[in-house]
Amino acid sequence: MTAPALARLDAVLRRPGARRAVWLLCLLPLLGWVVRGSTGWAGGLGVNPAETLLRGTGDWTLNLLLAGLALTPLRRLSGLNGPMRWRRTVGLWAFAYALLHALAYAWLDMGLDPTAIVRDLGKRPFALIGFLAFVLLLPLALTSTDRAMRALGGRRWQRLHRLVYLIAPLGLLHLAWMRASKGRLAEIAPEALVLALLLGWRLLMRRRMASDLP
Amino acid sequence: MPARPHAHPDHGFLHPHPSEITPREVHDRRRDWLRQIAAGAGGLALAGWAGREALAQPASAPARPGRLAALPGARSAVAGATTMERSTAYADLTAYNNFYEFGTDKADPARLAGRLQTRPWSVVVDGEVKRPQTLDLDALLRLAPMEERIYRLRCVEGWSMVIPWVGWSLAELIRRVEPTGNARYVEFHTLADPKQMPGVASRVLDWPYVEGLRLDEAMHPLTLLAFGLYGEVLPNQNGAPVRLVVPWKYGFKSAKSIVRIRFTERQPLTAWNRSAPQEYGFYSNVNPEVDHPRWSQATERRIGEDGLFARKRPTLPFNGYGAQVASLYAGMDLKKFF
Repeated sequence: MTAPALARLDAVLRRPGARRAVWLLCLLPLLGWVVRGSTGWAGGLGVNPAETLLRGTGDWTLNLLLAGLALTPLRRLSGLNGPMRWRRTVGLWAFAYALLHALAYAWLDMGLDPTAIVRDLGKRPFALIGFLAFVLLLPLALTSTDRAMRALGGRRWQRLHRLVYLIAPLGLLHLAWMRASKGRLAEIAPEALVLALLLGWRLLMRRRMASDLP
Repeated sequence: MPARPHAHPDHGFLHPHPSEITPREVHDRRRDWLRQIAAGAGGLALAGWAGREALAQPASAPARPGRLAALPGARSAVAGATTMERSTAYADLTAYNNFYEFGTDKADPARLAGRLQTRPWSVVVDGEVKRPQTLDLDALLRLAPMEERIYRLRCVEGWSMVIPWVGWSLAELIRRVEPTGNARYVEFHTLADPKQMPGVASRVLDWPYVEGLRLDEAMHPLTLLAFGLYGEVLPNQNGAPVRLVVPWKYGFKSAKSIVRIRFTERQPLTAWNRSAPQEYGFYSNVNPEVDHPRWSQATERRIGEDGLFARKRPTLPFNGYGAQVASLYAGMDLKKFF
């Protein structure tokens, strides 16, 4: 792509409209469930709606965490700055799906029974890991406002939000554990590969920056 | 239930006067009434009473969906063979299947099992028997009178269905082949043909899928060799043309599309037990007290019946067939032999 073309594309991506479009894209899975669930369109929520929602919300949490992690490399590699403005949108939607996932688990699976939930988390490491990832997401969601960012100060805010480098692998581990003992670990290969690339790229950049220092 | 239960004039069996047929809605309401008794304050004793087959009068088996060839079965006289619960919709039980030979997604079998050739089909019966033989499907279909058995099916994943199977007790076959004194177990082998079954290419399990029962479990009258459901031959995704159904065990014990039945002295090494012995035992009797390592088995969700926000229903020991089968395990520690 030529430089002027790239600049024109970036100008489009920087518009608030582009961010709103991303917001709507993130809404689509949820909208899909609401429409299919309430109208029965496209087979409704399938034969086992609870399972559809539990899996779907979990999958989209991970998808959006990975999408959020892809924005910085995208800027570095393409020179486009616009997508950086979508980080908060994507991150908050990842949190929204994580919240729905936690809610689906607590309500549809555990019948909102606190003792059942505590017992389940105590017994099953994979569930506990998912819960931990969710708890770690909370402070990031709560400090996503401009005001919180100013109150914390840029550096501290950034340090806090590096938690996502821990949260995304925990989320993947949570899913992998579920699949592994059924011999279906290969099914999460795409997600694992993307996460490895995104985190590996950061390590590489850090090393390169360190060696560039005088 | 199919939307138009009376769309087919012939429901798969003979009715002298259509006017005598209880309308489906009335029939279902009666069942609701019985269920309400069962669920009511009377508790377990009353539930046991209301659920008894003495009261159970499935005036009609669920209506034929009219999709496949008819395979009618007479009402079974076997104790516990006819639950009063509402049968899971044909559309649901043919769209949501664990049949890894066609893929690990539960929608895969319905999508991909169409290419399975179920005729000609034969089943080898060998091992510790006096009369080993190879039976073709027609011989099997004629071997004993077909019965309808309305069984609960509890999947190890925590969901359940109610399925009106058509078949006969496996014991009918076992008696005819005369097991030797050495026969203590029965092994079931499923077809594993990569040309017809795309899932066999994956290494998710060691193929062929092998399941097994102790000989006395296999001889139990509730243990069914099924050829049909809903009054028609089995849909491919449900294990056509012949499968096992053991209603008091988790669903994966009920091997599908069987090609070999072998009698052995040693306990068979079954597919899931081999793949994850800490999660799937040889017996795999439905047991709310023994959790799967990754989830509780205390409750289950009935497909198509329990609302999205409904509390899951309690799972019963032996999937509710304790009265019939618990004696098979007298004196055994079922937490050890899970």
